[in-house]
Parts: sequence; C-alpha cells; structure tokens
Amino acid sequence: MKYLKFLLVGIFFGVVLVKSEAVSWYRIYEMFRFQSFHMYGIIGSAVISGILFLQITKRGYIKSIAGADIFVPKKENGLIRYILGGSIFGLGWALIGACPGPMYILLGTGVISMLIVISAAILGTFIYGVLRDKLPH
Amino acid sequence: MEFILNPWPWYVSGPLIALVMALLLYFGKTFGMSSNLRTMCTIAGAGKASNFFKFKWRDQIWNLILVVGAVIGGFIATHYLSNNSISNLNPETISELQDMGFKNPGATLVPNEMYGWEAITSIEGLVLLIVGGLLVGFGTRYAAGCTSGHAITGLSSLQKPSLIAVIGFFIGGLVMTNFILPLIF
Repeated sequence: MKYLKFLLVGIFFGVVLVKSEAVSWYRIYEMFRFQSFHMYGIIGSAVISGILFLQITKRGYIKSIAGADIFVPKKENGLIRYILGGSIFGLGWALIGACPGPMYILLGTGVISMLIVISAAILGTFIYGVLRDKLPH
Repeated sequence: MEFILNPWPWYVSGPLIALVMALLLYFGKTFGMSSNLRTMCTIAGAGKASNFFKFKWRDQIWNLILVVGAVIGGFIATHYLSNNSISNLNPETISELQDMGFKNPGATLVPNEMYGWEAITSIEGLVLLIVGGLLVGFGTRYAAGCTSGHAITGLSSLQKPSLIAVIGFFIGGLVMTNFILPLIF
C-alpha cells in the first residue's frame, strides 16, 4: 500500500508528458532548431512553478507527509562532469528524442522498440559505473 | 472533454510537471527519472563489477514503482485521453524533416523511420537506437541527473551544478540536431 502513491504519481507523470507532447521526438527536434516556443514554455513554466513551490516550503508553510521540512538534496560541486556528461546526454537526447522518463512513457504508448533504447541506456549506466574512477569529474 | 483530448498547451503542462516534483518531495523523495537505470544495474548484479552499484536497492523500490506508473500513464494517455490529433509543429520544421526523408512529421510521437519494424531490423537503424540509448544512459549518470533531476528539480532549487548540466544538455542537443542528424538522414 505504501507504494500505491508512487504508482499514481507515475501514472499522472506519464499522462502529463504524453498530453504535453514532451515525449515527442519531433518536439525535441523543434526545440533544438529553435523553431518553437513549446518545449521552452513547458520547461520554463515548470521551473518557475517549482521555484515558487520551493520558496513557499522554505518559509515552512508546507511540511512533508512525515511532518519534516521539505528539502532538495544538494548537488555536488563540479564542472567537468556536468558539462561533459551533460553534453553526452544531450547528444543522445536529441538523437533518440527521449530522456529517461519519456523512454518508459513511450514504451507505454506502444513504442515497443523503445525496449532497445532502455536496455542500451542501462548498459550505458553500467559502463559509466565501471569507468567512473578513470573519468574526470 | 475536448480540452483533455487535444494536446495540452505548455502553460498547463509545465506547472503539472512541477506538481509531480512537489508531490515526490512531499512524500520525502526526490524527482529524478534516471536513478532507476542504476538501480536496475544493481539488481542485475553489477555490484560485482563496480562499487558504484553497491547500495541498498530496496530503498529505491519506490522509484521502480514510479517507472511502472509512467508506463501505465503513457498507455492511458494514448488509449483513453487522446483524439489522435496531429502535433502542431512549425511548418518550417515539417518541411525540413520531410526533406530529410521523414514522411509524416508530428502524426506519431516518434518517427517510424527510426522506431518502426523496418528501421529496427536494419543494422543502421538498430545501431542508431543503441548508440542513442548508450549516450543517454552514460551521460545521465556522468552528469548525475537528467531532465527531471537537473532541468526541473535542480533549476527549481537554484543549484549551480544543475545549470551547468542543463547548458551541457543543450550543447549536446544542438550539436546532434544541427550537425549530426543531417549527416545521418
């Protein structure tokens, strides 16, 4: 039962990303060609809403379900890993038109060949784990 | 009802994505859709190959359930909440893609030319999807997050590392779309 809420949030997330067309390969292409405001609008309005929510929680008006303060874990400082890793991610994102969330959502919409992409992404994560100590961070 | 069945405008979708982040934070978790890839490596026994995969994966079950939900959400949205309307793409985008050999830009969520049966049974097509998946899986872990972890959660919490990562996403994305894709198609 304690996992039901995550199942429901996942379903909601999947519905929103399909209905917003954020899972559309064409919308990603359009974004990187600067030919539409659509994706910028989605990400921009999500971030602005997110900032508002986190500023409200910071003032203590909203607590978590367990009654604790809501907080976002701090990302480690760094430069190379974010620029280099981010660029590698971006190359893949624009090629297949899907990032880790949409991969699964698209599978649900019936794109069965997405299983190939998901398996490759798991393998890519594994390769990172093995090479991690040799990579600049 | 027509409003739900048509594609949703950005100003409705964006805040709803922020709501997903808010709900997960309310439940004491962090929104990041790429961590499950690491968890699946760990479940498959990758801990033998690298310490990076040695962690208590049972704490991450909620994240795998979220993924299952996302798959179901995709199914529900296409089967019960859509009217098969064609995406309202920029006419310039459409003619560009048609010139590259894409037949019906916007009619489906992903191009048949890449994800259809004919594409994935050809060596080139298969390699394309595998390379794309590898880049996403490798890059997202190297950068310690993806679009949900950095672009949404990280930027919303005003973190500099996430801003750098998002700039990285765009460098890679711009290079792929503007310089490499035209070479492939």
